Amino acid sequence: MLIGLFADIHANRQAFSACLREARIIGVERTVLLGDYVGYGADPEWTVSTVIDLVGQGAMAVRGNHDNAVSDPREQLNVEAEVVIEWTRGELGAPERRFLEELPLTLADDDRLYVHAEASDPKRWRYVTCVEDAARSLVATPAHVTFCGHVHRPALYTMSATGKLTAFTPITGAPIHLLPGRRWLAVLGSVGQPRDGNPAASFAVLDTKRRQLTYCSAPYDVEAAAARIRESGLPPSLADRLALGK
Amino acid sequence: MVKSSLHVGATIDGFRLEERLHEGGMATLWRVSSADHALPLLMKVPKLAEGEDPAAIVSFEMEQMIMPRLSGVHVPKFVAAGDFAVQPYIVMEQIPGKTLLQRLSELPLPDAEIVGIGIEIAKALDDLHRQHVIHLDVKPSNIILRPSGEAVLLDFGLSHHDQLPDLMQEEFRVPFGTAPYISPEQLLGIRDDPRSDLFAAGALLYFFSTGRRPFGESETMGGMRRRLWRDPYPPRSLRPDYPPWLQEIVLRCLEIEPAWRYPTAAQLAFELSHRDQVKLTKRSERLKRDPLRTVLRRRFNKDLMKSIRRPAVAAHISSAPIVAAAVDLAEGSSELNDALRATTQAILATLPAARLTCLNVLRLGRIVIDTTLDEEGHNKRIDRLVALRHWAEPLKLEPHRFSAHILEAVDPANAILEFVRANHVDHIIVGARKDSLLRDLLGSVSAKVAAEARCTVTVVRPARSEPAGE
Repeated sequence: MLIGLFADIHANRQAFSACLREARIIGVERTVLLGDYVGYGADPEWTVSTVIDLVGQGAMAVRGNHDNAVSDPREQLNVEAEVVIEWTRGELGAPERRFLEELPLTLADDDRLYVHAEASDPKRWRYVTCVEDAARSLVATPAHVTFCGHVHRPALYTMSATGKLTAFTPITGAPIHLLPGRRWLAVLGSVGQPRDGNPAASFAVLDTKRRQLTYCSAPYDVEAAAARIRESGLPPSLADRLALGK
Repeated sequence: MVKSSLHVGATIDGFRLEERLHEGGMATLWRVSSADHALPLLMKVPKLAEGEDPAAIVSFEMEQMIMPRLSGVHVPKFVAAGDFAVQPYIVMEQIPGKTLLQRLSELPLPDAEIVGIGIEIAKALDDLHRQHVIHLDVKPSNIILRPSGEAVLLDFGLSHHDQLPDLMQEEFRVPFGTAPYISPEQLLGIRDDPRSDLFAAGALLYFFSTGRRPFGESETMGGMRRRLWRDPYPPRSLRPDYPPWLQEIVLRCLEIEPAWRYPTAAQLAFELSHRDQVKLTKRSERLKRDPLRTVLRRRFNKDLMKSIRRPAVAAHISSAPIVAAAVDLAEGSSELNDALRATTQAILATLPAARLTCLNVLRLGRIVIDTTLDEEGHNKRIDRLVALRHWAEPLKLEPHRFSAHILEAVDPANAILEFVRANHVDHIIVGARKDSLLRDLLGSVSAKVAAEARCTVTVVRPARSEPAGE
């Protein structure tokens, strides 16, 4: 089975549409959504409605910190993100807000774990940016592969049977065999707010039969997404950074 | 770990164990059979028992990741892999023939045979590097020559794949390799330079042509590290009849600084295939090792091989292509040849490690070769070589980046295509002749080359060409 995994969509309609189109072409049979559907971008309503539809069709979705902030005022975000979430609250109807509020923090699926930030304490939203962070998450779950987002830069960590960690920056389009003898933590790039220096939207495809993970990218109409941010009166820097992928 | 139940007659996932072929330090090799596969098959089973080297597990994992990604005649065909949770194994094609290790008793081999082996190893490495893999353990026991002649590289347990996590690098942080062949940069922990394989190939060629290992057999870290500053005895000091061109090639492979070696395995194969075109430098003349003062300078020069960020393997190879220019020396070609040179210059300008080879075809009669023309024919060759060099002179290429070749053939396009194929040319530049009687008779050489060459082709036309018939 081919599973399409999408993280950090951040209300970027153009980017998410491009990824879903690409995933359909690849032949993805199941969709996994790793949180942060809102924030930064200017199409939260369309995005959350789309996620609700996908979940209705069998997709699995977990909650991210921006999703959490919509209903939980105690959630701490940076100043720009706060501004956008404030605006987002006014864009979403009650059913969408309730949907986000009720999303689980983690989901287990066969030998896989889905979580927005990391597995050791999902509600603390800690970033995985080094092998130590990865180790903390990997020892907290028996899952063979953990998938997360939150960092907006693709990375892959693996732990051997003897507890040794390896970090790797995946190459777009090059499948990686997730060896069964060790455990893996796959940090996905971002669909709607990439920060790996490439403006293209980022997602991943897991081939469960062959145990192969491929990081993918989908070019999209960045200008249109940026224009939506500007015309919605959101901080212009959020529009500018889309073109840089930073 | 599951207790091993491996014995003759046992069946694992449909593979029947027929014969135990080899018991190594890290793995056991079995000949196996399967109803689903006609190929002779080999099963490699790692030794994973308690107390075994943890490197054995990790290197087996690397091999499990890398082998399914490889293809072509220079690697064993991958067939199946077994899960670590049950019984880890890799099943692959069993290559007929002997490894080069089995030839050690015959050393030194004759020069002609060394060159043949060297070409095949270089071609195999080129093919591997183009698949994003650096072998990092090139040695006689890891090379088999197929009955058809091609070299096959074995054992990817220490290899580095450009697009996969390098488990060996991260987990051990100590160099892995085989003492007589390991490159200086590998000893410093560098695992992403394809030229490390050229060093090992050079050590192998040195050993096979002199009967002596260039850096001895010391397996201590200190002993191995001497090659960071101490050069080997020049082969000519061991064998007075050693050909200078071969010493040039072998010592260039063994340069301490990777940048001083051949840029790519394809360029090494090219040099070995064209010994008359090898530029003989000081290396070819050496009869002694470097003087002590040079050695001491290297010993305490901290800049040597300072860790620089290397480009990905693919980028490295594509920055050092073999470019061929087919030059027509017939009357009235000068405008076209100027355009051809300008295009060649533009292509080489961005590729300082590229190598240019100029081709010209000396056409032979279609029916018989007139033997009385021998003398004249010889002179024609020389004249044309001179003309080719004259054509290339304004490019101001260093001699080791340039060679000129006269091909003798009935059909020029076929001769060019054959040269391109045999020499792994990456890019051929060819001029399109204006309409002419000759072209009507011969057909278009450039069109045939453009259609049939398996590399990049640039067809050059002069900036201003007269309309036909004027």
